[in-house]
Amino acid sequence: MTKETTAGKGGTAGALLVRTVRANTRQYGMLVALALIVVLFQIWTDGNLLKPVNVSNIVQQNSYILILAMGMMIVIIAGHIDLSVGSLAAFVGAAAAVLMVHHDMSWPAALACSLLIGAVAGAWQGFWIAYVGIPSFIVTLAGMLLFRGGTQILLEGQSLAPFPRGFQNISQGFLPEGGPLENYHDLTVLIGVVVVAIVLFQEWRGRRRQREYELEVLPLSLFVLKCVAIVAAVVAFTLTLASYRGVPVVLLIMCGILIGLGFVMRNAVVGRHVYALGGNRAAARLSGVKDRRVTFLVFVNMGVLAALAGCVYAARLNAGTPQAGINFELEAIAAAFIGGASMSGGVGTVLGAIIGGLVLGVLNNGMSLVGIGTDYQQVIKGLVLLAAVGFDVWNKRKVGS
Amino acid sequence: MSSSVLEMRSITKTFPGVRALSGVDLTVRPGEIHALCGENGAGKSTLMKVLSGVHPHGSYEGEFLFEGEPCAFRDIRASERRGIVIIHQELALVPYLSIAENIFLGNEHASRGVIRWNDTVRRAAELMRRVGLRENPQTRVADIGVGKQQLVEIAKALAKDVRLLILDEPTAALNDEDSAKLLDLILELRSQGIACIVISHKLGEIRRIADTVTVLRDGRTVETLTVRASPGAAAELSEDRIIRGMVGRDLDHRFPERTRYDGPDAGHLALEVSGWTVRHPIDHQRKVVDDVSLTVRRGEIVGIAGLMGAGRTELAMSVFGRSYGVYDGGTVRLGGREADTRTVPAAVAHGLAYVTEDRKTYGLNLIDTVSRNVSLASLPKLARAGVVDEHRERQVAERYRTSLSIKTPTVSEQVGRLSGGNQQKVVLGKWMHTDPEVLILDEPTRGIDVGAKYEIYTVVDRLAAQGRAVLVISSELPELLGMCDRIYTMAAGRLTGEVARGDASQEVLMRLMTEDGSRSAR
Repeated sequence: MTKETTAGKGGTAGALLVRTVRANTRQYGMLVALALIVVLFQIWTDGNLLKPVNVSNIVQQNSYILILAMGMMIVIIAGHIDLSVGSLAAFVGAAAAVLMVHHDMSWPAALACSLLIGAVAGAWQGFWIAYVGIPSFIVTLAGMLLFRGGTQILLEGQSLAPFPRGFQNISQGFLPEGGPLENYHDLTVLIGVVVVAIVLFQEWRGRRRQREYELEVLPLSLFVLKCVAIVAAVVAFTLTLASYRGVPVVLLIMCGILIGLGFVMRNAVVGRHVYALGGNRAAARLSGVKDRRVTFLVFVNMGVLAALAGCVYAARLNAGTPQAGINFELEAIAAAFIGGASMSGGVGTVLGAIIGGLVLGVLNNGMSLVGIGTDYQQVIKGLVLLAAVGFDVWNKRKVGS
Repeated sequence: MSSSVLEMRSITKTFPGVRALSGVDLTVRPGEIHALCGENGAGKSTLMKVLSGVHPHGSYEGEFLFEGEPCAFRDIRASERRGIVIIHQELALVPYLSIAENIFLGNEHASRGVIRWNDTVRRAAELMRRVGLRENPQTRVADIGVGKQQLVEIAKALAKDVRLLILDEPTAALNDEDSAKLLDLILELRSQGIACIVISHKLGEIRRIADTVTVLRDGRTVETLTVRASPGAAAELSEDRIIRGMVGRDLDHRFPERTRYDGPDAGHLALEVSGWTVRHPIDHQRKVVDDVSLTVRRGEIVGIAGLMGAGRTELAMSVFGRSYGVYDGGTVRLGGREADTRTVPAAVAHGLAYVTEDRKTYGLNLIDTVSRNVSLASLPKLARAGVVDEHRERQVAERYRTSLSIKTPTVSEQVGRLSGGNQQKVVLGKWMHTDPEVLILDEPTRGIDVGAKYEIYTVVDRLAAQGRAVLVISSELPELLGMCDRIYTMAAGRLTGEVARGDASQEVLMRLMTEDGSRSAR
């Protein structure tokens, strides 16, 4: 081993920390910004923001945007854009409504059909983009019109309601109650405990493996601090939820997607290929990346997520409406950029999309609570998007010089 | 009383974790051509960025005087206002604007924001005459060759009343004829009193035009040598003397001794290409590669020599997964069996690797880390059930970092931040980890300094000694002569000769490379 590495192991934990933070400035920066926004509105709303009922509310209100943002992040990492997700979500919501209301289909079957429709729509767009080579901006702009029109045709311009209880629960439901605890939702507490255990195990295992491979690790004190911070955050969040009605169903769905896609993007070969494509398409192709197939899959994934978001939104309204999903694509794109995506592709994480989405979501919720009108809300959100990306650009320039 | 245009005194510049320059001195006398030499990462580019204000005043230590006055540039515009103009290796022209528009880009002839076109075109024509560019000023830059584009850059510098012109690797992308013209122009500018700093790896060029050469090594000034006593006099300095300064040791031989491979299958054919023909991707009438057949044996290093446009890169890319042009016949046999190399994954699976000519455009994902670049072509090997083992990935990257001596703080560093030679080693590592039977190296040492070149030659020799077959495409004849067991020559898409190591010389090769294709493209 060289001298450099030995020094890196013991003495310069600070440097290691700085390096890690610097590598993900926008994401860490946004995490801090998110925390600041939460604290600010917590004070401003006299503590109403973090009341258990409102935390549940924030989760449920933003679930469909967050689901879209995760898919959008991957699309943007691959160097593309998808403008059709709002219309597609509306279209799928309408289709689900038609299936359940007009054709009396059971809700699980309708949900499955909806996701399938999303996959087919994604494949349709992916085909034109990946195999024919039409720019994604154009294909999805066409899709935006196409699916919006389709929605209106399906619904004949009217809302369609109501849905079975089970379908509504996708968005409005909570995990079932029952168990020994009086003041807390038992299942939620149990989930919290399991999550803490899994997180600690993962951290410990990662550290051990890094040691095995003689890679740099955080010094013990910092490692413990990191674990304590994570555990504290999980515990606080679980107890908040547990003191209201427990874990919303949609939160579980979102966490499942986050963990699944996060894992794929970080650890799976296909995820690496997405980053490589976005970073340098020509080099990726000459390294054996099947660029067309990967691009195609990225859009299929986006289609499925848009369909899910459409179902969640329809379930929340308990109706399929022609006006559903308007501007969803812009919210999702904004969330992805606030969360660390780059216009030129190749950078970003799925978790970043969640952070970006929450920044927007908490702002929305907080501003509504203190009574700021939607007019000013839009202005503020626009400025936040500009500031987030502007800060990143400025910061990169500073580091780069 | 100072007799210098530029005097840089103990310039020190540090980046996080790296000291790029430590106490560098550089003095340029009026009207001289001053060459700056050094290995990649020696600090040449950083020094020029300090000088031109890319690294603003305050971000470095030390001071410099230009024409006797101290300078504190905040940005490039500030340095340009003083007459310091830098022309980068990658040209900064807008392809879809005209020559005249490019010359006055950012410096437009306008009154109240409205461009005076007649004036612009007339002045552009004047400047073009000065640099010897015979073209219509209204021609789009995209429609003229690289050599002429370089002249447009110089005209653009002249339009800014340049006092000190900095050229970074000005001839890297030019053919011999254009290079010669450019060097003449630089000499011509000197006679008009414009001082010039030239960064170059081509020592022959330096001997031809420079008056003085400053050698940098590891961010320090090693020495300043006089090339010739007075402008126009013959060069007194030898190339070997400059090389000694750059690498800090005498280079008796610039190539490692060839190591023989003596495995049981030594001499078996590893790669056989026969009758390979490729047509131009747009102009289907044109045969870019015409009926080429060649072989490479296990443990053998074979070169392909040819001038620009001979079809060497096109041949390699087309064989490697049909990545160029339209296939029009021919077969590839790998290890004696016919192989399907119609896609890149198939070619890789058959043990073929292609290290591209242009590492920034075709070789690397510059915004990703060293380790992820190294692993990209062999991810399936590092993965179980489609999941990448990140720890093993990092370990592999560390292994290549050590064995190829890639200079980087960690393997998580962005590749874009490494120097050219180290980037090239990352590309080599990437392909070595696919464990190929046959490696095609396309200009493996382009834009790389002498020391790093030697390291790359050593790696190539080691690969051959392990029984791999290596096909090297290079524009530098001494490189081919020094490395290869056998050399093919190509001209206008056709194979024009095959020369064994013992019979090859630069003259022999050059004659074959310029041979007129008897069966010209149909």
